[in-house]
Amino acid sequence: MPTILLTLVLLGLASAAYHLGRGKALSVSADGAPLHSLPRYHGYYVALWCGLPALALLVAWTVLEPQALRALMIAALPPELRGLSSQHLSLVVNEVRNVALHGAQPSSAAVAEAARHYTALSATGSWLLTALCAALAVAGLSWGRSRIHADARMRNAVERVVGVALVACSTVAILTTIGIVLSLIFESLLFFEHVPLHAFLFGTEWSPQMAIRADQVGSSGAFGAVPLFAGTLLISAIALAVAVPLGLLSAIYMSEYAQPRFRAVAKPLLEILAGIPTVVYGFFAVLTISPFLRAVGARLGLGIEAESALAAGLVMGIMIIPFVSSLSDDVINAVPQSLREGALGLGATRSETVIQVVIPAALPGIIGGVLLAASRAIGETMIVVMAAGMAANLTANPFAAVTTVTVQIVTLLVGDQEFDSPKTLAAFALGLVLFCVTLALNIVALHIVNKYREKYD
Amino acid sequence: MNQYIPKGTAKVSARGLDVFYGDKQALHHIDLDIAAGEVTALIGPSGCGKSTFLRCINRMNDLVEGARVSGTLTLDGNDIHDRRLDVVQLRARVGMVFQKPNPFPKSIYENVAYGPRIHGLARDRAELDEIVMNSLEKAGLLAEVESRLSESGTSLSGGQQQRLCIARAIAVNPEVILMDEPCSALDPIATAKVEELIDELRDNYTIVIVTHSMQQAARVSQRTAFFHLGKLIEVGGTEEIFTNPCEPLTQGYITGRFG
Ligand SMILES: Nc1ncnc2c1ncn2[C@@H]1O[C@H](COP(=O)(O)OP(=O)(O)OP(=O)(O)O)[C@@H](O)[C@H]1O
Ligand SMILES: [Mg+2]
Repeated sequence: MPTILLTLVLLGLASAAYHLGRGKALSVSADGAPLHSLPRYHGYYVALWCGLPALALLVAWTVLEPQALRALMIAALPPELRGLSSQHLSLVVNEVRNVALHGAQPSSAAVAEAARHYTALSATGSWLLTALCAALAVAGLSWGRSRIHADARMRNAVERVVGVALVACSTVAILTTIGIVLSLIFESLLFFEHVPLHAFLFGTEWSPQMAIRADQVGSSGAFGAVPLFAGTLLISAIALAVAVPLGLLSAIYMSEYAQPRFRAVAKPLLEILAGIPTVVYGFFAVLTISPFLRAVGARLGLGIEAESALAAGLVMGIMIIPFVSSLSDDVINAVPQSLREGALGLGATRSETVIQVVIPAALPGIIGGVLLAASRAIGETMIVVMAAGMAANLTANPFAAVTTVTVQIVTLLVGDQEFDSPKTLAAFALGLVLFCVTLALNIVALHIVNKYREKYD
Repeated sequence: MNQYIPKGTAKVSARGLDVFYGDKQALHHIDLDIAAGEVTALIGPSGCGKSTFLRCINRMNDLVEGARVSGTLTLDGNDIHDRRLDVVQLRARVGMVFQKPNPFPKSIYENVAYGPRIHGLARDRAELDEIVMNSLEKAGLLAEVESRLSESGTSLSGGQQQRLCIARAIAVNPEVILMDEPCSALDPIATAKVEELIDELRDNYTIVIVTHSMQQAARVSQRTAFFHLGKLIEVGGTEEIFTNPCEPLTQGYITGRFG
């Protein structure tokens, strides 16, 4: 039976189990015994016993089946195919699958035979699964039903299952995060076998091109990441210099001065800025901002390059305005009206109230918004690729082309080198640095928020 | 039956004051005088417009979307709705203490220094210190906070916070202090302290206090005004109102028959 159908059948069984359980509980209570839990909890209990084990089996089976099928199929291959190198073997396996599942033309009799075998195996497996699930479901149902009696604490049992389910969900999220971090760390460790840590962190030259063949002319690769860090910092600083004043001031205007009707229109409009795809911002930077900057620069006698940190930073700043403004607007609105009235009642003007009372009270939230915007800026790639270039210059000159950590990660990974060359592994090391910086930003933000949070009730 | 105060001695006086929130009329044609150097209590059932009247006196209702005021309201004979009147100046002359203590999230010192700072009342730090200490002293809070002036105002207890708010209002040296149920969030001991304080402040300030407690009105005020459904029913000496009210509505309210 297809998995989806099976799932639906199991759910159907579970709902039937619910009614059975509830019905039995009702009849128990009709006999005069006061129930500890409401009948519906008895129903939930039986349904859980009926559905959960079978569904768990189904999930485990779905996850493990391809591996098992593959191993069984390889074991049945003729020896000359089985002895192939692992890469060729997986080509054969793929072909067999295509023949079996999609009706592709087999290239040899051996493959055709293997495909038949594969089909047979998976059909058997499917029947086996269906039978097992049905058996488990029925067994669970009758077990759960047999446990129903007046004093059974079904409500507590269901509560425990709910708790476990919640923990399981958060565990998935946490494990995923840990997995990502671990893989970053392991790949980075591989990288640091090729390139020493200090050369990576403090080296000032970045040219990751490596000779692919021994006879090729080419540099042996330099992995000093300082120019990338500098470029990232420069662009992020420019972006924040644009976004923080604009975002904060527009938030203040919208929450303290604007008519509610204006605010209702303007706030969503401003938030659209965050929804524009970054590629579009990239166009905007390349086609509008850069030429404009160059023209202005020429007037003023400044040499502004076609690709410049300034253009990228300005556009990125516009992109992250909503992060600052929307969050600031929320926290400013959350400042209790009584504080405003307190200040106004003392004879403060509106702007005095805002600057001296409202903003300080909202500051932790505002800083949180700014740090969020900062980590967004640090992680941004597309705009920089398009507007700031890829040249790893170590410069603080905003008119020159620079590159950032994220851009280099992309260029490192789109190359056609093997996955274990230093060039590719460098991407993971950069990713790790990026992760650490963002993490640090978040920790600092949390710390600030907690330290200066005022409690309003 | 309203007893007007002899002309010239009224600090605040309302004549035909109507207040609307949108289409809803919250106050109907209020005629009320508030004497200088006295405590006037505003009493009445919930929603009768006591806060609304109080907030007219320092024009806090300006902040409310859709609030409209007509009629005249004067402070020392000058119309406070006059276009030429500076609201900021008005609020410096008419201080306010709110129902819930609302200290700024700043240090205790800064809370009190805030008003003098924005109005430039102190020429240097020493003068500012003096104003702050004086105000805290008058608010009866100095002894409790002297050693912790740099701690956050929000770290104080509710009663202390309310006295801090009173100190903050006093620091600007207002002529009138409006108090909207200043003790409703306080326990009996803190309430007693605030009441004592109000009694002391009476000599130097004109005080208008909204309260739901008859006993409190009787203890602290010299005159009492009774509001009902947006109308001023009766105003007179506190003694009289509580012992011998003219209106049956007042009688009913103070004896607890409704409200
Ligand atoms: N901001 C507002 N918008 C609309 N209506 C309001 C507003 N504030 C007060 N009102 C209305 O005006 C009337 C008087 O309100 P007010 O707050 O002055 O009553 P109150 O006597 O202070 O009551 P309480 O003793 O409960 O504080 C009420 O009917 C109230 O619903
Ligand atoms: Mg009120």
